[in-house]
Amino acid sequence: MRRKVAIVGTGHSIYGVRNDVNLPELAYESIKEAVDEAKIGLDDIDLVVVGNVGGWSSEYLPAIVINEYADLAGKSTFRIEAACATGSAAIKTAVDAIASGEADIALVVGVEKMNESLTPVVVEFIGRSGNYFWEFQNFGLTFPGYYALYATYYMFNYGVKEEDLCLIAVKNHHYASMNPKAHFQRKITVDECMKSRYIAWPLKLYDSCPISDGSASIILASEEIATKITDTPIWIEAIGSASDTSNITRRKDFTGLYAARKAASEAYKKARLDPGEITRHLDLAEVHDCFTIAEIMAYEDLGFAKRGEGVKLIREGQTYIGGLIPVNLSGGLKAKGHPIAATGVGMAVEIARQLWNKIERGRQAPIKNGRGLAHNVGGTGHYAYVTIYSLTKPRG
Amino acid sequence: MSQKIEFENILRRIEEISENSKKIYGAPLIIDPKTGVATWYDQREIKIRFLISIEKIKRFFEALSRGKILATKCVNTGEIMFPPQINCPRDPKNQIEWVEIPNEGELVTWTIIKVKPYSFSHHDDYIVGIAKISNLNINILAWVKCKDPNKLRPGLRVRLNIVKREPENYLIYQLEPLEEC
Repeated sequence: MRRKVAIVGTGHSIYGVRNDVNLPELAYESIKEAVDEAKIGLDDIDLVVVGNVGGWSSEYLPAIVINEYADLAGKSTFRIEAACATGSAAIKTAVDAIASGEADIALVVGVEKMNESLTPVVVEFIGRSGNYFWEFQNFGLTFPGYYALYATYYMFNYGVKEEDLCLIAVKNHHYASMNPKAHFQRKITVDECMKSRYIAWPLKLYDSCPISDGSASIILASEEIATKITDTPIWIEAIGSASDTSNITRRKDFTGLYAARKAASEAYKKARLDPGEITRHLDLAEVHDCFTIAEIMAYEDLGFAKRGEGVKLIREGQTYIGGLIPVNLSGGLKAKGHPIAATGVGMAVEIARQLWNKIERGRQAPIKNGRGLAHNVGGTGHYAYVTIYSLTKPRG
Repeated sequence: MSQKIEFENILRRIEEISENSKKIYGAPLIIDPKTGVATWYDQREIKIRFLISIEKIKRFFEALSRGKILATKCVNTGEIMFPPQINCPRDPKNQIEWVEIPNEGELVTWTIIKVKPYSFSHHDDYIVGIAKISNLNINILAWVKCKDPNKLRPGLRVRLNIVKREPENYLIYQLEPLEEC
């Protein structure tokens, strides 16, 4: 029988261009916060799961380098990679280890130092995140290019305009401006967004997440330990995970991400939530808005809106606080930033702190259901994780 | 100025700063003039080019040189596979045959790549599109030959051509609209 698992400590570095720290220093910023918050000793940690994609950064064995720096050498450890969903994959791995009884307390660290390489090199690395031989080698697809293929299809099918996409950027910059950990601290307007240059038509600079450095950490513990550490553990209620084809051409349609729909369906089933009324069960969601179109597709893949109607939610302001469901109150990948492997762990940190009512004024969601959702996509829907976090201990 | 020249100019500037720092500090430091933050300019460089096996799908490239584009077909399930692969995971007998792809399809979606990866930075902006080859129920991704992308639309009929990619000088397929574009 699986044991129940909860978050008992959270840590989050400032995201941005962090040339002021190297990889282990950056990781340690969030590790220290998480360990201190959980009030545990380093010797209490059984397992360290490090999420890091790398390639653009110099350390080839990031888990080993980080553990030595944090005086955790000797622990069971490894590095996890699931593209931009690495953080969630790392969380799932640690949750499974605790649930199975292999570990009691685990540290999950997601960290990325993207700015160790210059932008064209980073564009090259991320562009290879599809099928290298058939899509990159001959056709030079970029990561924005992949999402742009979805955006074009979506816009022609559902009559969505570039201005609609910019509404997502405006919302997420709005909330990032209140988040001291966010890469971007400035609000923007639709007009500014529309005037920004194209990166991969129809997506513009302001439709795109930045190239960020950052780290996020959580301490996970078994039920027995979690309830001793804190009165308000954040329970991992359910994790749904799925994948899709490497070649984008082998996808059946381009209106949404199959893997995200499958992961959501699995998570809702495990948590026994009604997929038709999902927003009624949640207080907030952090979704994978690496590009503005991705947030609109996420609304639909998660069941917040019907297919083709996701854009209505942002047009009507339904994903701001006070609307149907607040989405990306952290600023999202778009404006909080997207240090690839930190992202999924950063979502967990944000949701835990939201549920604890510990968020800055202006971006704290009203907590009524005690439940938040993280939607973390790797590649262009190559991987997807939907994780439900709750103040209430899961049944069963 | 191509993005490649822009990038090479930036690299040259970084190298100049690093060489100058070696004279002052004895180390290849880059001090950011805005933030004062110090970074070390890596003194080790690797160039990576992979040797990727195409032995099992050699027929694809042989056919390409004769003007044909091939996919593979699972003999027992009928599934067409493009890019071609030599195994049929759902067929216990695992039998494939090679089939020719018809040279016409319909445009499904596209993008114009403005900010390019480093290894494509010597190219002008290019259009990447996906076309559906209806009678085989497969999609093909390739560059779209079109001077006026405003004329592109979903469902536009396109021809699958084989062209020489310059300046790399190798054969590859592209999508060319049947209407003026």
